[in-house]
Amino acid sequence: MVSVKMQSCVLSVLLLNVFYSVVSSLYFHIGETEKKCFIEEIPDETMIIGNYRTQLYDKQREEYLPATQGLGMFVEVRDPDDKVILSRQYGSEGRFTFTSHTPGEHQICLHSNSSKFSLFAGGLLRVHLDIQVGEHANNYAEIAAKDKLTELQLRVRQLVEQVDQIQKEQNYQRYREERFRQTSESTNQRVLWWSIVQTLILVAIGIWQMRHLKSFFEAKKLV
Amino acid sequence: MLYLGLSCLLLHVLVVFGTELTFELPDNEKECFYEELEKDVRFDFDFQVISGGNYDVDCFVIDPLDNVLYNEKKKQYDSFSHTTDMKGVYKVCFSNEFSTFTDKTVYLDFRHGDEEPLLESMTRSSALTQMESSCVSLHEILNSVAESQTWYRLREAHDRIKAEHLLERVSYWSIGETILLFVIGIGQVIMLRSFFSDKKGSLAATT
Repeated sequence: MVSVKMQSCVLSVLLLNVFYSVVSSLYFHIGETEKKCFIEEIPDETMIIGNYRTQLYDKQREEYLPATQGLGMFVEVRDPDDKVILSRQYGSEGRFTFTSHTPGEHQICLHSNSSKFSLFAGGLLRVHLDIQVGEHANNYAEIAAKDKLTELQLRVRQLVEQVDQIQKEQNYQRYREERFRQTSESTNQRVLWWSIVQTLILVAIGIWQMRHLKSFFEAKKLV
Repeated sequence: MLYLGLSCLLLHVLVVFGTELTFELPDNEKECFYEELEKDVRFDFDFQVISGGNYDVDCFVIDPLDNVLYNEKKKQYDSFSHTTDMKGVYKVCFSNEFSTFTDKTVYLDFRHGDEEPLLESMTRSSALTQMESSCVSLHEILNSVAESQTWYRLREAHDRIKAEHLLERVSYWSIGETILLFVIGIGQVIMLRSFFSDKKGSLAATT
């Protein structure tokens, strides 16, 4: 009987935690046809987990309640080359996951799939969003259970994951710095080349003008 | 049993999150983010403008009673922390209403509370072994390494975008000036010719 009580206590607290954690994310308002996009600049082979939850304003009760069944969110993820890597519709509550294969700026866009104006009725949809990147996306409880790790082993595993992520970020930093250097050198070259070309054009036009006008005036017998 | 109950409670108290978002703020618009917080919770947030125009944005923080906790105009980056006096919804807003045609990309990092423990059983109040405490300090150091990496990544993105804009502007202005040069050079000659042609015609007419 004691173990049952213990189990129910743990279960209820765990449930409470899940509920509480989902409730306490940052939220924002989104209009009916509005599309909100978020940018994540990440190295390659990095996993991103996004959780969202929607609430609709109920005029009768004058508060925000969980959205109705028909209302869902359309999630679209684009990679740095503007290719769509995830494009799916989820319900009023959803969780999307993707792993990057190219380093760079990924765009995560959300918009509601509501086509019926009455659903929004002049109000706004409240969206709770939470995006976890890389090492933060790991579920350590799951990893501990699967690999049967002790506490110390789990801590060390977390450290290994963190260091791995840091190393990926460093490699990405090197790639970005190279891109930056290329842009700067390109600008430098362009400025130099165009300055020379423009000066030559200026001189050439000047000479052409004088010669042309001289021959023109000679022809008109004014000189 | 009581111990387990206590640790369950502790776990409940310690479960919190931090959110990091990079979003685009179109011109003449305001974007607000809300967070429901308990009383006496310390939250801190920092923001940076990564791209767009003069790389500045207005930011203000409002508490549940509509008091302004923080209000800065045209800032490029800043951080702010506060311990909440009351439970309620705190609002962080960014405004690009002073800009007429440039969109801004803003990075926001909002953290509140303490870090979540790794596993349920790790909330023991007993002393940690040496191994465990070195793991904990390593974890904290790696957290600060990751944070400074984020900082450098943002600064690099900002500088790179500025450099790319510079390259674009140099290209367009160079081409534009070359065309202008040709147009003016040839135009001047044509105009001068037209002056003298008319005069010659009127001269012929009067004599």
